[in-house]
Amino acid sequence: MTSNTNTPSDDSTPTSGDGIDVAHLSALARLALNAEATSEVASDLQSIVTLIDAMRTVDTEGVEPLSHPFDGTARLRADEVTEHPDPEHFQRNAPATSDQYYLVPRVVE
Amino acid sequence: MNDVFSLREMSRALADGQVSSLELTQDHLARVKEVDSRLNSFITLTEETAIAHATAADTLRGQGDKRPTLGLPMAHKDIFCTEGTLTTAGSKMLSNFVAPYDATVVTKMADAGMVSVGKTNMDEFAMGSSNENSYFGPVTNPWDTDRVPGGSSGGSAAAVAAGLVAGATGTDTGGSIRQPAALCGITGLKPTYGRVSRFGMIAFASSLDQAGPMTRNAEDAALMLSVMAGFDPKDSTSANRDDAWLADVLHHGIAELERPAVIGLPDQYYENSGNQESLAEARRELEKLGHTFKSVSLPHTDAAIPVYYVLASAEASTNLSRYDGVRYGHRCENPTSLQDLYERSREEGFGDEVKRRILTGTYTLSVGYFDAYYLKAQKIRRLIAQDFDKAFADVDLLLTPTSPTPAFHKGQLTDDPVAMYQQDLYTVPTSLAGLPAMSIPCGFSQGLPMGMQLIAPAFREDLALGLAAQFQRHTDWHLKRPGESN
Repeated sequence: MTSNTNTPSDDSTPTSGDGIDVAHLSALARLALNAEATSEVASDLQSIVTLIDAMRTVDTEGVEPLSHPFDGTARLRADEVTEHPDPEHFQRNAPATSDQYYLVPRVVE
Repeated sequence: MNDVFSLREMSRALADGQVSSLELTQDHLARVKEVDSRLNSFITLTEETAIAHATAADTLRGQGDKRPTLGLPMAHKDIFCTEGTLTTAGSKMLSNFVAPYDATVVTKMADAGMVSVGKTNMDEFAMGSSNENSYFGPVTNPWDTDRVPGGSSGGSAAAVAAGLVAGATGTDTGGSIRQPAALCGITGLKPTYGRVSRFGMIAFASSLDQAGPMTRNAEDAALMLSVMAGFDPKDSTSANRDDAWLADVLHHGIAELERPAVIGLPDQYYENSGNQESLAEARRELEKLGHTFKSVSLPHTDAAIPVYYVLASAEASTNLSRYDGVRYGHRCENPTSLQDLYERSREEGFGDEVKRRILTGTYTLSVGYFDAYYLKAQKIRRLIAQDFDKAFADVDLLLTPTSPTPAFHKGQLTDDPVAMYQQDLYTVPTSLAGLPAMSIPCGFSQGLPMGMQLIAPAFREDLALGLAAQFQRHTDWHLKRPGESN
């Protein structure tokens, strides 16, 4: 999936979940929500954002972010062939294929 | 017969020739068929392969194979890929997914001769604390059929508690082994991050996800861990360790602790806990065994839930972007465009909680919000890890409640996601720090089992297991079964 480049450019210092644009978020996340679901999700997200906002009072001045327990770094392996392609095997779960291609609705007319 | 058997007991019975793996496996399958319509702890029974693997184990035993794990029946959480078998992660999205390969955990347990009888139910993509988020229906707590078993490994916990299997695999991102273990009165161990391979384990939050054993007692948890653990070149975060105790424990069981432990009691974990009575009694028991207690402080505990829900949701929104209706998984009917295919396949394939987490993660990772949420949370994650480092300079282990309450009623928290998230209050800090922690039964409240959590320094599961095994030699909470009076 490609990422959507539409962004909330005018709100760089959020102070709470007020006015969460669920339609925009669901477009970014590629989730087609109907009107009822959008309204429910908006209320839930509001509560969740209120919950997570509680951490913002913690003083993190000078603290380095920790992205991974024990500051682990991803190990690289030697550049050797270790697996052999088997498209037939791996495409058994695909909804639609043809000649080893995955089929999707026409993108280019 | 298997109702009274632990893995170790079955292992001895197999070694003594009192029973065959085929007989044990058939007993297990029969019991699941008899009882599980009430519990819904299994999504798939793998009867045919179980019988074949049990028969193969018996043949090996006949040829002189004496490995203690050979022929032991168990079950896998349905988050582990099993080649040729449905692997759903509790989701409609993967309700048609037959895994094309085995997870490393699955391979290791099969190589050790263990016999998987099926795949257990779970909260969708391991997101939940009640097992009410499964596409395949909620799981029932065997102690009280109106109550939840906890989650997300609720199927594994309920199956072990009900005696359907003596051991099952689970996974724990923020408490998903420990909390259901507590709510179902069993033993559950989340190993150190990196101890057990994540290869073939369907990803939720990759910097937190860790697999571990769910069993009736600490000895069985150690037995299973010794099989599950180990370096895996297929997992880039797998720890390359050479801990001799892990190999010893397979053949000789859990070693006695070398000396009495100094056990830390974190102030912040005892402020609002409703679990005081059973924990106080457990402390008295541990004191009788010569252990001492010391008050410690983990000052950033309050921030752990917010930090966890920022980081786990962010990682989930990224991990779950792979479900696009193109290569595998659910695809909507008659898509009109590629965009429509993505959006409707995901809308139809994911349940409400998964959507909430994806959207939360999408929000916190959005331009303009990233520093305020994601980066901030990562910084506090370091402070939380440092709190534990400081505590472990003074104590060997930490003792805390596992969950704020015993098993709650079905439907009680489903309308309030934030209240549900508080279930993880005592389990997420260790997940964020990557530390090993286990829950063992320590008493009852209103007839429902309560768990206590033992937290150890990184890669010192042996300390938690040693203390748990000693505690279980002197108490019988772990022997209580649903249906008896407590």
